[in-house]
Amino acid sequence: MFYSLLTLVSKWAIPALLFVIPVFGYLKKVPVYESFVEGAEEGFTTAVKIIPFLVGMMVAISVFRASGAMDFISHCLNPLTSRAGIPSEVLPLAIMRPLSGSAVLGLATELMKNYGPDSFIGRISSVMQGTTDTTFFVLTVYFGAVGIKKYRYAIVTGLTADITGFLASVYICNLLFR
Amino acid sequence: MLNAIWLILLATGILVAAINGNIEVVTEAALGAARGAVQVCFDLIGVMALWLGIMRIAEKAGMVQGLARLMRPLMVRLFPSVPANHPAMGAIILNLSANILGLGNAATPFGMKAMQELQNLNQGSDKASPAMCTFLAMNTSCITLIPATIIGVRLSFGSSNPAEIVGPCIFATGIAMFLAVTLDYWFRKYSPWRR
Repeated sequence: MFYSLLTLVSKWAIPALLFVIPVFGYLKKVPVYESFVEGAEEGFTTAVKIIPFLVGMMVAISVFRASGAMDFISHCLNPLTSRAGIPSEVLPLAIMRPLSGSAVLGLATELMKNYGPDSFIGRISSVMQGTTDTTFFVLTVYFGAVGIKKYRYAIVTGLTADITGFLASVYICNLLFR
Repeated sequence: MLNAIWLILLATGILVAAINGNIEVVTEAALGAARGAVQVCFDLIGVMALWLGIMRIAEKAGMVQGLARLMRPLMVRLFPSVPANHPAMGAIILNLSANILGLGNAATPFGMKAMQELQNLNQGSDKASPAMCTFLAMNTSCITLIPATIIGVRLSFGSSNPAEIVGPCIFATGIAMFLAVTLDYWFRKYSPWRR
């Protein structure tokens, strides 16, 4: 029941928005097509502006990941984290969480293929993927697009939130699925 | 700080690859990622144009302002430095709503729009304003009600209950968001970074 409701919402959300907003705008006598084009124009310039920031970030993350540095760090952390109820298989997920959403999705998919979605590892990696918020993507892209160079305390807040989210995922999964 | 993190990622990556004797993966990863980043931006152009176009209609029809009015009691407390009627408020609400519903591709355009509006209030400074930091804290820790992507992946691998992870996701993001907002408040009020 719950599941079918969720799929219904996620299936209908975008079509519903694309229907309701223009129709409501038309009823309010908004020139809908002209307004759309006017707004859409902004999208182009903004998207192009973020290219340098995204290239810089994605190159560093990709080199870090491909070189095996991530596996090395997971290996070093494992004696500590396995005691806290974190399977070593999901450590790379935790490390990639603030860095790259697509990497986390790839890793989680891989783990589910190998261990099955209803295994403990499958469930914990699902929760971790479902709670990813890629702090660094948001930071570099959002701040980059408007020319902010001094991030102040935003990185610390974002990373603390990431670590909290990760630990909370581990806690709740151990409680419910162990 | 970002300078240090960027350098550490890149330099450790290259050193580890050198020690492991597979330095050639560095070249491949770096060039591939550079190309991939541009691809991401190109995909983003269309999505940005679509959502910002729809948002402009919603603005002219007064829908965004209506939503902002509805959320005003909460928003003025979270963003005391932003005037209650400022367009930034509407964009922030749209971004967070998209995040909550798991509509990742709609969240980015609204988020960037919100950041531009906040930058207008920031008088072109290159230093993040307190409102920007709060928005970022909420954005990166936002509660997810419908993690649609991962439910889809679970379904495709034949999970007996693909949506069982929804509750745990809400729990984990809820705690993260609460902590992020509290920490941001503390930084804004008391930390040496507040000026």
